Amino acid sequence: MRRHTTTTSALALLAFAATSGPAPASAQELLFWSTQARPVEEAQGMREEVLSGFEGGSVDYQPQDAGPFITRLRAETEADQGTIAVVGALHGELTAFAEAFMDLSAVDVSAASPALVELGRLGTDEQRYVPWMQATYLMAANRAALEHLPEGADVNALTWDELIAWGRNMADATGSPKIGLPAGPQGLRHRVVQGYLYPSFTDSMVTRFRSDDAVAMWETVRELWEVTHPRSTSYNFMQEPLLADEVWVAIDHTARLADAFNQRPDDFIAFPAPAGPTGRGFMPVVAGIAVPETAPDPEASLALLRYMLEPETQIATLRATNFFPVVDVELPDDMPPSVRAAGAAIALQSGAPDANPGLLPVGLGDLGGQFNQVYVDTFERIVLAGQPIEQVLDDGAAELRRIVTEAGAPCWAPDAPSEGPCPVE
Amino acid sequence: MPSRALPYLLLAPAALFLAAFFVYPAVQVALIAFTRGDEPTLANFARMAGHWKFDAALWNTILLAAVVVPLQLALALFMGQIVTRMGRGRDLVLYVFTIPLGISDLAAGIIWLAILEQNGFLNSFLYHLGLLESPVARLSYQNTLGLFVAVALAEIWRATAIMLVILVAGMGLIPKEYDEAAQVFGASPWQRFVKVTLPLLRPSLQTALILRTILAFEVFAVVAALAGTSMPMLMGETYAWEFQLQDRGVAASYALVILGISIASTLVFLWWLRSPKEARA
Amino acid sequence: MTATRPLRAPVASYDTTRALELATARRWLTAAVVTILCLWVLVPIWLVLVNALSTPAEVSGWPKSFLPSFATDSLAFFIGFRGVADALLNSVTVAAITMVLSIAIGAPAGYALARFDFAGKNAFRILVLMTRAFPLPLLALPLAVAYIQVGLDDTILGLAFVHTMLAMPFAVLITASLFMGVPVELEEAAWTLGCTRLQAFVKVVLPLVSPGIAASAVFAFVVSWNEVFAAAVLTIENRTLTAFLLQSLNVSPLHLKFAGAAVLVLPALLFLFAVRKYLFAMWGIANR
Repeated sequence: MRRHTTTTSALALLAFAATSGPAPASAQELLFWSTQARPVEEAQGMREEVLSGFEGGSVDYQPQDAGPFITRLRAETEADQGTIAVVGALHGELTAFAEAFMDLSAVDVSAASPALVELGRLGTDEQRYVPWMQATYLMAANRAALEHLPEGADVNALTWDELIAWGRNMADATGSPKIGLPAGPQGLRHRVVQGYLYPSFTDSMVTRFRSDDAVAMWETVRELWEVTHPRSTSYNFMQEPLLADEVWVAIDHTARLADAFNQRPDDFIAFPAPAGPTGRGFMPVVAGIAVPETAPDPEASLALLRYMLEPETQIATLRATNFFPVVDVELPDDMPPSVRAAGAAIALQSGAPDANPGLLPVGLGDLGGQFNQVYVDTFERIVLAGQPIEQVLDDGAAELRRIVTEAGAPCWAPDAPSEGPCPVE
Repeated sequence: MPSRALPYLLLAPAALFLAAFFVYPAVQVALIAFTRGDEPTLANFARMAGHWKFDAALWNTILLAAVVVPLQLALALFMGQIVTRMGRGRDLVLYVFTIPLGISDLAAGIIWLAILEQNGFLNSFLYHLGLLESPVARLSYQNTLGLFVAVALAEIWRATAIMLVILVAGMGLIPKEYDEAAQVFGASPWQRFVKVTLPLLRPSLQTALILRTILAFEVFAVVAALAGTSMPMLMGETYAWEFQLQDRGVAASYALVILGISIASTLVFLWWLRSPKEARA
Repeated sequence: MTATRPLRAPVASYDTTRALELATARRWLTAAVVTILCLWVLVPIWLVLVNALSTPAEVSGWPKSFLPSFATDSLAFFIGFRGVADALLNSVTVAAITMVLSIAIGAPAGYALARFDFAGKNAFRILVLMTRAFPLPLLALPLAVAYIQVGLDDTILGLAFVHTMLAMPFAVLITASLFMGVPVELEEAAWTLGCTRLQAFVKVVLPLVSPGIAASAVFAFVVSWNEVFAAAVLTIENRTLTAFLLQSLNVSPLHLKFAGAAVLVLPALLFLFAVRKYLFAMWGIANR
């Protein structure tokens, strides 16, 4: 043959690949397929601090972007055969796969918070996932920002209007906007709109989506945006612009602020989200763990789930990921600065007299992504593209109604419970 | 001479390979675009075209390719010509020119973000020169032109090397005698370049343009890093519909749009730069 | 700054002084242009290395220094990562198989496209190109399902097949344009001297195009090295370095982002440096 040597070496390589190919599946290697703890240091922490203590076998913790995560999980479901032993992801990422997960009623979840256990049923009769860890959104500020606080404002009981005034003071003093929002492609902006703005201004998430209050709210958001750093459309994790001093005041979820507190504990403070006319809206971030129907060794997977819920594991998880336990635990004193800062602010936020907690959407199935997109689109169209508020809200409301009706999802807090699909006024 | 079967025999391995690893999955994806709940429908396309970001994504993608590809072609030809005329140090310079080949688009996004961000190297450089007192935000969503220029710069930096290598390989095959003959007749370097090099380079030009344009339509990671959500692109929208919105029908429709404009641009280049001589056996 | 030195371009020497002056001026101009172009390529890479070798505070600080402080913590974090060595080996193996397969399959097709006129030629050409025009993340799902069913899942070879598919357009089209550049007359002359088609190819065409073929093999290597999505979905235990590092990079803290980018970029640079001779060895032929 003309390319004799090439062909030979090709064969040699193929032979090598064949022998080094599928590693002989060690019976006890459990694949933990996750979207959480993706930053390399957190993944390292999960492997070395959290999962190394599991005695039922060695665990291969593989954090993934949403893309590969979803693709692999779907592929295994479609092929009806798989390697994933345990799936870990946010509530919103798990809802689309309710059908693919085993019923976990055999796992004792009595120590976990009942509200979170209920979320894990995904609107069905079976336990599709068990809660794994939780967080919430908080505000973080550089101490340098505090001197610009508007007269009479208490940073621990801030209102949205005061936040805007604060932002204006900072912009005037420094020459550039100093408030940051996580409005980048992977930022959690939809949750800020759903769980913080809407409940604070309309006491609703779905039903009063296009009310007069909502119009007033979006006008406020436009004002806020004027004093918000224009790079916000690229921010995914607020800890980075905070550490770069690009922004001084930001809202994001605790795990995405943690690095700021841990790197420069003396420079940053954490405090509750602002309040609006209808209270201080806030929302949990809940991650769950589930076992696919295709798991190679379901018993071992269940054992790993039980291990993840043990108090010591939960504390180790908190250290590794900055997500808080879902079971009652006594936190030791030597927690990292991010945990201490966030812990105090969370207590203030949920204990505030005007607290208005919201729940995560349930029963939306694989429409959860489109539900979130309505809020993202509304934000981008009104605030970034400057389109007329009423028009955008009409479009969004129609889309919301379609999604909620298609999924048959009843209302959840702060909306009043409904018979049948949650109405959109 | 072995018969008409020879070209097909030569193609067979590639064709079979592509059938198994490309056509089979691609057809499955394409079918999803035309169905919804097992019913044949065009609803996915309607949904895609009706979304408020679709037009922007389509035009941004086409515009970026239309700006970046010609600039890259010019730059690659220029670099190629310079190197062909060099003697000593040519290997080293060529190596330097091809370095970006080894850099993935995600890494390129990280690199250019480090340069252009508010606290980045560009602002630091201006500061050290005394031209800037405090950091200025350069990549803001209001500054559409700035974002576009940033993305274009990063793309030109990252992906010119691929055209360069194809063109330099082609230049190497042009017999020196042609150039020397032109020189004897007193043609200026520019005349020689336009009248001798370019026409003889046609096959390589065609390949370089086709490949680069198709790759330009797939731009994603660089845009995500530099422009965030402010500059929708077809590829980014495909990702969003597939993974965030989990609507595979619409995502597949986007994929077919990308495929469509790629085929269209390929046909244009195939026709425009057709080689009269290529059909010889 | 960077380690580039202006490189002198030699010019043919003429007799008159005037021509000599002109030549000197042109030489300096060329050197200046080459230097600028080299800086354009090298400075951004230099800056990554600066960031990779700086402390976290320096990476997010202002104003930035253009010289590294040689803090190696961030880099050490990656190099000490469990499994990096295995992932590196996997990356190299996948890329090498991809390189060989794409040339073994692609070059014959390239020759067919260059030398023959046949029905379906343009259709084939477009088919090859379409592998790059179709978003891979969508192809990954049906591929992964098929892989799991066939048993190719989580194998080096299976991943190399996908990468070969991605590298195919480079292999086919670049080799085709190389073959097109070799005048048919050369081959025909060999036939009239009694060579068979195969002999003529081996003795006349191959020596002329082999450097170019090496170049397209280098492309295949680079394509495979940088591919992340298929690698993340189709391999579990046999992760490539890119899948291992890159997919979590965009959400990692800034200093680790740069260290990770450096860890990924450096091997690719070394590889290109090692094969630079093959990339451009075709210079010799032009002087035939």
